[in-house]
Formats: sequence, structure tokens, C-alpha cells
Amino acid sequence: MFTFIECLRSALISIKAHGFRSILTTLGIIIGVASVIATVSIVQGLSYSIGQQFEGLGANSLSVYSYTSFEDQMKGRFGRITADDLQLITDRTEGIESITPMLASRFTSAVRFGAKSTTGRVIGTTNSYQQVNQLFIQKGRFLSESDNQTRRRVCVIGTQVRDNLLLPENPIGEFIEINSEWVKIIGLAEPKGEMLGFKQDDIVLLPYSTMQSLNGNQTQVDIQIQLTVTNLDEMGTVTEKIRKLLRQSHRIKNGNDDFKIQSSEQLKESFSKITSAVTLVMGGIVSISLLVGGIGIMNIMLVSVTERTREIGICKAIGAKRHYILLQFLMESLVLCLLGGLIGLMIGYVLGMGLAAMIPNFPPAHVPWWAVAISVGFSALIGIVFGIVPAAKAANLDPIESLRYE
Amino acid sequence: MSLIELKDIVKHYVMGQETVRALDGISLTISANEYVAFTGSSGSGKSTMMNILGALDKPSSGSYLLNNRDVSQLNQDELADIRNREVGFIFQSFNLLPRLSALGNVMQPLIYRGIALKAREQAASAVLKRVGLADRMHHLPNQLSGGQRQRVAIARALVTNPSILLADEPTGNLDSTTTTDIMKLFDELHSEGNTIVMVTHEPEIARHCHRVVRMQDGKLADDYFNEKAH
Repeated sequence: MFTFIECLRSALISIKAHGFRSILTTLGIIIGVASVIATVSIVQGLSYSIGQQFEGLGANSLSVYSYTSFEDQMKGRFGRITADDLQLITDRTEGIESITPMLASRFTSAVRFGAKSTTGRVIGTTNSYQQVNQLFIQKGRFLSESDNQTRRRVCVIGTQVRDNLLLPENPIGEFIEINSEWVKIIGLAEPKGEMLGFKQDDIVLLPYSTMQSLNGNQTQVDIQIQLTVTNLDEMGTVTEKIRKLLRQSHRIKNGNDDFKIQSSEQLKESFSKITSAVTLVMGGIVSISLLVGGIGIMNIMLVSVTERTREIGICKAIGAKRHYILLQFLMESLVLCLLGGLIGLMIGYVLGMGLAAMIPNFPPAHVPWWAVAISVGFSALIGIVFGIVPAAKAANLDPIESLRYE
Repeated sequence: MSLIELKDIVKHYVMGQETVRALDGISLTISANEYVAFTGSSGSGKSTMMNILGALDKPSSGSYLLNNRDVSQLNQDELADIRNREVGFIFQSFNLLPRLSALGNVMQPLIYRGIALKAREQAASAVLKRVGLADRMHHLPNQLSGGQRQRVAIARALVTNPSILLADEPTGNLDSTTTTDIMKLFDELHSEGNTIVMVTHEPEIARHCHRVVRMQDGKLADDYFNEKAH
């Protein structure tokens, strides 16, 4: 321990004595660590915010939607989820907390208010949409059961729609034009932010029946069903039950499903798989620069040993043992690398935050503790690995030869 | 009791095809509190002699007893320990560590002995005062004159309380006035009880010493006591 502290002291003296050179030497490590941290923090920020948004979606929610394979499309067979399917699932599946249909608009005309227009997602749904999607109302009220039964021309809008249409701060009672029909705003949803570039606040929610009539009287409707299960453990059995029911009603015997049932958990998992792969690959690429930095350290340390041959000789003449000289030089490269690692950490942090802030609509950077631990640990490791050769060289110098060295 | 006992010391170097015998069967004893000068022309083996006496080098054959301990059988780390505890080196070119202050340089050997900072500082400043550098303790070597640098080097050699002080041409890089001062310091150190072994080719310097050993071609050519010494 005594030797350790003394070696640290002399390492610090020597680093301070060559201030400028020390900075240049550790620049490789600084840049390496900074780029690792910046990259990881940006990618992790992205995945963190995705994770956060999936939390909002609710872990116990499932969505059922039609899916037509390319093969079937070629044959002209299109899978469909209909109102009958909704009824079937509602009646014959146990363990469902709430269930709601979502009917997408079939028209292309924009939503208008005065001279302004916007192209939000217009969805027909029912009262239970609120529970399934955990949507909260900021002003007014949500769609009610009677809105649906009496096919009222009312809607709930997201904040983005209000802003795009230049509606008043409190838009309740205003009328907007959807597919040439006037619809009254009865509610304003709380902002939910963005998910994967989808603006979640750019929505207009209408009663299901109102949407049907706006769409025109189509026989072949295709809806999406969203539901939440009462008990998370029953997720699997509910999914299986729905699959059986739908296969029965769609008369599928041996073929593939013409629908998909997806839980938010699955979605979250697949996204986190992507982001961790991206983190690994990018982290791997930039950590090559750490390796290069380490070689730089070794190079300078070797030069430094040669340069200080005489000093080493003096130390040996007045009684320095081999392990002391070894530890002294090892400590010097370790301190250099750790210093570089810490500076790099700060630069990388600032860089990550700055970059994330500069890219519009990008989630804030998030530096996970493991990235900090790995990069600092890695730079310490580099210090030891690349310091050992110069240090051994110094320790093994012959005292007489080195005293004669000019 | 003899402090140093050399028996049939041989040191040879292999240079290319031929073997050079730098020391060729030297036997010699030095007692405590002696003041010895090794003289001889260059190539006579006096530097090799210094290296072996200072435990920097091991003889090819023969035995070297320092304080009744056989130094010729020790390994590198044990030799380092001997150099630290038993020997105080003073070099012609001072050999101070350039980045450390006078005090730091004098403290350095005590680090290798595992002495704590406070105690090191006390010991080092006491020795620096002894050699007359009380007001120069925090100067770097390049801020000191040649004579002052050699005083720092002497203080560094003294701080460990070694059995012998080994000085290799200690005044070789100094002007005549400073030489006189430094030699006066050596004389004082001797009268305080230190054993001093010096290598020099200057008769002036050798005259200070009580005993003069003249070497030639790796052998002892002459070994006499100096009657006129101060």
C-alpha cells in the first residue's frame, strides 16, 4: 500500500511535469471514450424513451388486426376483422377487462377548421378506447356509449390537431369539418408525445357508428381490435382463445392466420432487441478507437522510458527495486488512461446531450451506468495492458548501463 | 573489524570475441572510518571497482563481504536493498532527479525503505541543513550551482546513514574553489565517523585521503597510507 501511494505520487509528478505531452498522449483515450459514451447515450436514449412509451401503452394490452400475406394478396384474398369478430371475442372470451374497436378512415380528405387543414389519424372507436389506451382527457369529456348509439357527430381531438388547426386553447364546442361533415369537438386528450416518430397527439376520435357513416356504407369493413386483459398471467390463454375463435369464424383449417395478435410486450421486446444490437455494433466500432488510443499510450510510454533511462538508473543506484520501478511506470500509464477516460466521459456526455438536443424530435440522451463503468474500466485495462511492456522495459534496465546513458 | 573484505575479486567482460579482465584478482580490506582514494589511469579498473563496492555489479568470481554479508551471492532486489541501506553514492555528474526539488531528491532513497512522508521530510531537511543548504531546499536542481548540486547529492547519500560513502570523481565537474569547499565537507564527514571511499585521478584530491590505492590493469599497483593527510 505504501509503495502504491508513493508510485501514484511520483506518477502524478511526472504527468504534471509533461502536462502538454500527457494531454496529447491521452487524447486517443479521450476521443475513444467520448465517442463510445456519445454513441451509447444516444442509442440508449432512444431505447429508453421507447421503453417509457410502451409503459404508457400498458403491458396488459393486446391488439388484433388483419394480416394478409403477400401470397394471399396475389390470390385476391384479403383478411378482415369485422364487427362480428368483435362481438364474438367480446361474448366468448373470458378475462378481458375492456375491448374496443378501431375503425380507420376510408376517405382521404383532410380535417378542416376555417382555412386550415391537417391530416391527422381519424379513428372510429368506442367508449372503452379510453381504458385500453390509457388516454386521459384534459378538457371536456370522452366519447360516451350514447354518442355511439345515436351516431352523434362529435369528436375528441389530440393537442397536435388543435395546434395544427389553430383552434382556440380550449377547443370544446368548436366545429371541425371531416369528410364534408361538421363535427363538434367535445373533448381534448392529454398529450402523449411521440412514439417511434408517430405523433400520438395527431388524432381525431369519433364514435364508431359515426365513423361508419362517414366512411360510407361499406360492406367490407376492416377494423382493428384493442383489448386489455384483467390478469397479466392470462395473457397467453386469452391470446390463444382469440386465435381459436377467429380461425373458426374465418374458416381456416390448415392455412396460416389471416390476422395477427400482438401484445405491447412483444413490440417492446422486438424494439429493445433492435436497439441493443445497434448499441453493440456502434459501441464495437467506436471502441476500436480506444484500442488505437491504447497503442498511442504504449508508444509514448516507451519513448518516455528511453528518455528517462538515466533517471531510472539513478533510482536503482539509490535502492529502487524492480517492482517499484515497474509499478511506477504502470501507475503512470494507468493514471493517464483513467484521466483520459474521465475527460472522455464528460466530453461524451456533453456531446451526446448536445447531439440529441440538436436533432429535432429526438429523445434526450440517456447514459446508462454500465456504459460509464465499462468505458472507465476499459480505459484502466488499456492503461495496464499497454503500460506493462514499457514498465517491464524500465524495470529490467541495468543500473550501470542506464547511469552511463546520455 | 573490517567493514569491507574483498577476496580474489575477478570481473571480466565479454566484448565481441575477446574477454576483457577489468579486475584481476583483487584482495583488499577496508575498515570502518577509513578515508580511501582509488587512483589510476583510465581503464585501470577503478570504475569497475566502484560498481562492485557499491553493489551495482556482481564480481565474476571471488567474494565480497560487506558488514560480514556476502554481497556477491545476492540477487538484483537484494542488491538494491544493500545499495539503499549500506551505500551512499556520490557521482561526478551529481545525478539528481531533475523534476524533484533538493528536498525531494534527498527524500527519494527513504521512499524505497518505506518511511512515511513526515519522517522523510524531517530526516532530509536535517541532512540538507548539515551540508549547508537550509535555504535551498525547495529549489530544483537546475536552479542550483554545481557545488550546491553536489551538496544535495552528498545529502542524499548521507540521509540513509550508510556504512560507506562511495564518491566517483566527486569534484570532476567543479571549479577549484568549489572543489576546496566540497573536499572540506568530505573531510568533516570523515571526522564525524563516516567511511569514505573515493575514486579520483587528481593527486590533489587523493592527498586529502588517509589511504591511497593505486590501480593498474585491473590489479592493485600500490596501497599506502598518506602521512601528510591534513
